[in-house]
Amino acid sequence: MEIARHWRLKSQRYGLVGETCPHCDAKIFPPRDVCPNCGGEAKTSYAFSGKGEVYSYTTIYEAPAGFDETAPYTVALVKLTEGPMVTAQLTDLGDKPVEIGMPVEMVTRRLRSDGDERGMLVYGYKFRPLLSQ
Amino acid sequence: MTEVVIAGIGQTPVGEHWEIPLRDLAIQAMQAALKDSGGLRPQALYAGNMLAASLSHQAHLGVLLADFAGLAGIEAETVEAAGASGGAALRQGYLAVASGLLDTALVVGVEKFTDLIGPDVEAALATASDSDYESVQGLTPTAQAALLTRRYLHEFKVPADGLAGFALNDHANGAGNPNAMFQKPIKLETYQKAEMVSDPLNMFDIAPNADGAAALLLTRPDLLPRKFSNPLVRIAASDTASDTLALHDRADLLWFSAAQLSTERAYHKSGITAEQIDLFEYHDAFPVYAALSLEAAGFASPGTGWKLSQDGTIGLKGRIPCGTLGGLKARGNPGGATGVYQAVEAALQLRAQAGPNQIPDARVALIQSLGGPASTAVTHILERLAGS
Repeated sequence: MEIARHWRLKSQRYGLVGETCPHCDAKIFPPRDVCPNCGGEAKTSYAFSGKGEVYSYTTIYEAPAGFDETAPYTVALVKLTEGPMVTAQLTDLGDKPVEIGMPVEMVTRRLRSDGDERGMLVYGYKFRPLLSQ
Repeated sequence: MTEVVIAGIGQTPVGEHWEIPLRDLAIQAMQAALKDSGGLRPQALYAGNMLAASLSHQAHLGVLLADFAGLAGIEAETVEAAGASGGAALRQGYLAVASGLLDTALVVGVEKFTDLIGPDVEAALATASDSDYESVQGLTPTAQAALLTRRYLHEFKVPADGLAGFALNDHANGAGNPNAMFQKPIKLETYQKAEMVSDPLNMFDIAPNADGAAALLLTRPDLLPRKFSNPLVRIAASDTASDTLALHDRADLLWFSAAQLSTERAYHKSGITAEQIDLFEYHDAFPVYAALSLEAAGFASPGTGWKLSQDGTIGLKGRIPCGTLGGLKARGNPGGATGVYQAVEAALQLRAQAGPNQIPDARVALIQSLGGPASTAVTHILERLAGS
């Protein structure tokens, strides 16, 4: 069930909360308390805007257990406006062809279901084509 | 530091071994290596394995293998570094003998994939990426390689089928290896017609997960049995480096930094340069890994590694033969065993025992075992000792 494990990550999963470095101003996601840019201590919380663009993408047909119900689905590397890159599913694509450079924004969606009808549903961030500039 | 030589090598065929349990598979390779060494007795066993705990519900594998091989009492440990587990186990064996703390070390790599299928295997493989930020999104290693490949094709303006040569080379070479999973050459038209798995990767761009085991017996040259008659191969350098675990955390997505670091340090330690390498057993789980590994090892400049698959450079008669006994695509990719297969195959080349795929007068081999997208890179340089 791993309830505590997912609960601990709620601010990252629902709010895209990372960190900002007080030394070099780098924006950090996911939080790691040490700045990957300058090596300094970085524990100041920072909520990302959720805006970014597609850096690369692919469609998964052979999904892992827990995701097979939703296959095929599209996963992307999304370059956030503030700098960091995240791995995330793309959603609400409709007929729109995905391309590198496409502007996207974060939304909250169901990521996976753990086990049977009593299993936990895991929610988190996905990205959809940007609705308004 | 003590000189370390490969006294014994052993391997099972790579494939779908429904009838052979995990432990028997490993022990077949271990016994072959011990026999090949002329009867040396190991003081330690380092077992490279990636997923036995999830695929076979078996942890504590090193001890199980030592026990069932009749070696109970010796030091025995499992070494795990995802796809680089085999290379990492070899390095542990090397460190033990090179340090002078042990006289002999047995290294085995083993993986048994075929007891599970489809979604369960994909889920097990995905545990090697960042669980909270990659695999929770449904990312698999194949999809991760697809993300990397698309960006590589995009940034370096690689033509369609620009990476096809890697699979073609592996399949051509697999034809000469009786232990390879696939022993038939394929044509470019076959590659072009293959089903898309995770675009832009098709079926032939993905090395097959398979069952297999390979083993090495390491020792010092002065401890070799009198009846040892094989040409002698030494480990000229051993190095390993790490990078970010998650692909999305890379400063430069298209540069295998750990591969570059470990190769550069291995060159430096051994005094051997890229020009002196006679063959390269790279970790081409996906063609883009092959291209980036060639770039990281100094055989091509950034963004041009794919070209070496087009002009014959990596062929058996080329400047730098790669995947000489089928590589990961045609020999197969038995997870934690793969890095040990690379060492066994390189040793066969250096001993001039590689059969129809023999590289004439091969003296120096570079082998590299990768975990994830080169999140771990373990690099070894093997060299045939002069006069042997």
